[in-house]
Amino acid sequence: MAIWANESGADNKLTIKIQGRFDFSAHQEFRDAYEKANSKPEGYVVDMSETTYLDSSALGMLLLLRDHAGGDTSHIEIVNCNNDVKKILTISNFEQLFTIK
Amino acid sequence: MELNVEKEMSSFEAHQDDSLKVLVADDNDSDRLILSTIIKNAGHEVVCARNGQEAVDFYIEHRPDIVLLDALMPVMDGFEAAEKIRVLAAEEAIPIVFLTSLKDANSLAKCLDAGGTDFLSKPYNKVILTAKVRALGRLRRLQSVVREQRDRLAVHHEHLIREQEVAKRVFDNIAHPGCINAPCVRAHLSPMSVFNGDMVLASRKPDGGMYVLIGDFTGHGLPAAIGAMPASEIFYGMTNKGFSLQEIIAEINKKLAHILPVGVFCCCALVEFSMDKNIIQVWSGGLPDLFIYRPDDSREGGEIINVPSKHLPLGVLSAQRFNTEVQVFEMQEGDRFFLWTDGILEANNIKGEMFGSERLVDIFNKNHDSTKIFDEILDAVDVYTGRQEQDDDHTLVEITMVPQEEFDSYFGEKKQEKLSQKALGPMDWCLEYTLLPQTLKDFNPLPLLTHVLMEVPGLRNHSSKLYTILAELYSNALEHGVLGISSGLKTTAHGFAEYYRQREAALSKDFEGSVKFVLRHKPEEGGGVLIIRVEDTGKGFDFKGFEKKLSSKEGYCGRGIPLLLGMCRRFEYFGTGNIVEAEFEWRI
Repeated sequence: MAIWANESGADNKLTIKIQGRFDFSAHQEFRDAYEKANSKPEGYVVDMSETTYLDSSALGMLLLLRDHAGGDTSHIEIVNCNNDVKKILTISNFEQLFTIK
Repeated sequence: MELNVEKEMSSFEAHQDDSLKVLVADDNDSDRLILSTIIKNAGHEVVCARNGQEAVDFYIEHRPDIVLLDALMPVMDGFEAAEKIRVLAAEEAIPIVFLTSLKDANSLAKCLDAGGTDFLSKPYNKVILTAKVRALGRLRRLQSVVREQRDRLAVHHEHLIREQEVAKRVFDNIAHPGCINAPCVRAHLSPMSVFNGDMVLASRKPDGGMYVLIGDFTGHGLPAAIGAMPASEIFYGMTNKGFSLQEIIAEINKKLAHILPVGVFCCCALVEFSMDKNIIQVWSGGLPDLFIYRPDDSREGGEIINVPSKHLPLGVLSAQRFNTEVQVFEMQEGDRFFLWTDGILEANNIKGEMFGSERLVDIFNKNHDSTKIFDEILDAVDVYTGRQEQDDDHTLVEITMVPQEEFDSYFGEKKQEKLSQKALGPMDWCLEYTLLPQTLKDFNPLPLLTHVLMEVPGLRNHSSKLYTILAELYSNALEHGVLGISSGLKTTAHGFAEYYRQREAALSKDFEGSVKFVLRHKPEEGGGVLIIRVEDTGKGFDFKGFEKKLSSKEGYCGRGIPLLLGMCRRFEYFGTGNIVEAEFEWRI
């Protein structure tokens, strides 16, 4: 498991990329990725292209990010999900809270 | 240079805390004297022994911190003494150093093999000797710190286990599984399920139906279990008071959203079973698809109807944004409804692969005897994971649709409340209560009215019937009367869904009208009479034709009226059919 955060200048979005299993062991690193960002971005992109699995604590972490980003007014995209990951997000009906691509 | 080192050492050695008790065993008087002098000068206490036997005796008497043993001694040699001292010290890892004039590698290795911590070669070098004693002192202190911490951890651990056992009992009392022992319900929960965050609740409704709730909190342990307490209290409390499924799920969500930290939530399904109407209503959020299994006796397997989760888990959305929309399914007698948390699908085998939905569907497809499928699922998961039933963490619930009479018979007649003729309480009263549009939109008056009725001593025994009468009359007045929805829709499953859709649509728009309740209670010999009058502002209906149909027993299922006729002494329509009066008589 590894997490990278990348602030892109153009659209002022923070991209967080999670590699491998996204579970409780990622807790601190995931939080650091958005809490230690230099400026307050206008939106967030969670890149799951290399995420193999997520569990319910990962869903909890996504909710924490959403809370950090302003709750109902937040703009968070979850992108490049594989089928397993997408299924878990769909079962939990997370498309009601996040833009899932 | 050497002087400097010695100076630093003596300042270090003067330190009181570093003082050790050292046992020195050597049969050579001069060697023993040299050794003990060096060690004494370094600030330690010394106990001297002249052979192995004395060393063992003095060890028992003085309990030294370090033991220095000459390898070769009369009476008992150092190796044997070391062995005995190790046994006496038990788990205390006492440093034992062999003193030897032998120089060959094999002899030195033998010292260590015999359980020695280290060896010292004769003749003694003062600097090395004192440094070694000091190093062993540090080792000794480190070991005792580790041992102390280990003991403290063990005490903590035991304490925690005891606390969990007590907590488990408290949970079992609050989050009790209700009517889960009814024969049409089967449930499998891991013995320590509260601590893996799963809960199953079941309760009979006042009108004779049943609610079943399955929940799975994020995470494990106490934090996951804490939310089960309020959820359970709300579930049982509101069910008893006659609240609807939507009201109960909204209230649990509101509570959990308030108390759970962001990121902790509860995947949950709440299902209402109406055995009399063969209808189930499902609210499901965050759980994998639930199954309705309709066995087909003529072949293997049967039909599986997937019931997907339509909502976010509980505790995520605020009360304002929470969605209480339910899915309605028409059921048949013998249908089995399966609820599970993700534990079954995510059960891992030794390779870390998940059980998955394909294997689950396969069990259904190969089923011959629908009464066995519950065990077939559990067995298959146990075999797959290679685990025993005791240490699983999956939750499975099965409810079979049975006729209402059979369902009622599971519970028998409730014990009648003992009541004296001169019961204290409100016996003669009248209540008028009118609900105007805004209230009609989102308020359920039934719990309030039931509450008033339950104040009458003796009427409590009839709460289920009274609730049914009030509920039928109220929904007729609101839905057919004020909102003008056709009762003919409710004859088919598709119609039912359409009916609920129209109801929701009509309630979300602005409308005019009101529903008025007039409840009048008066005492009678050995009991009392309750007159329930419900008046709505709707158009009414052809109640004369309706009564004729009823008397000719043609059957009419639109308004649930035949059911009420059996419960009431008098049942009459007035006006244009927009007023109805039901007279309920009760005896002690």
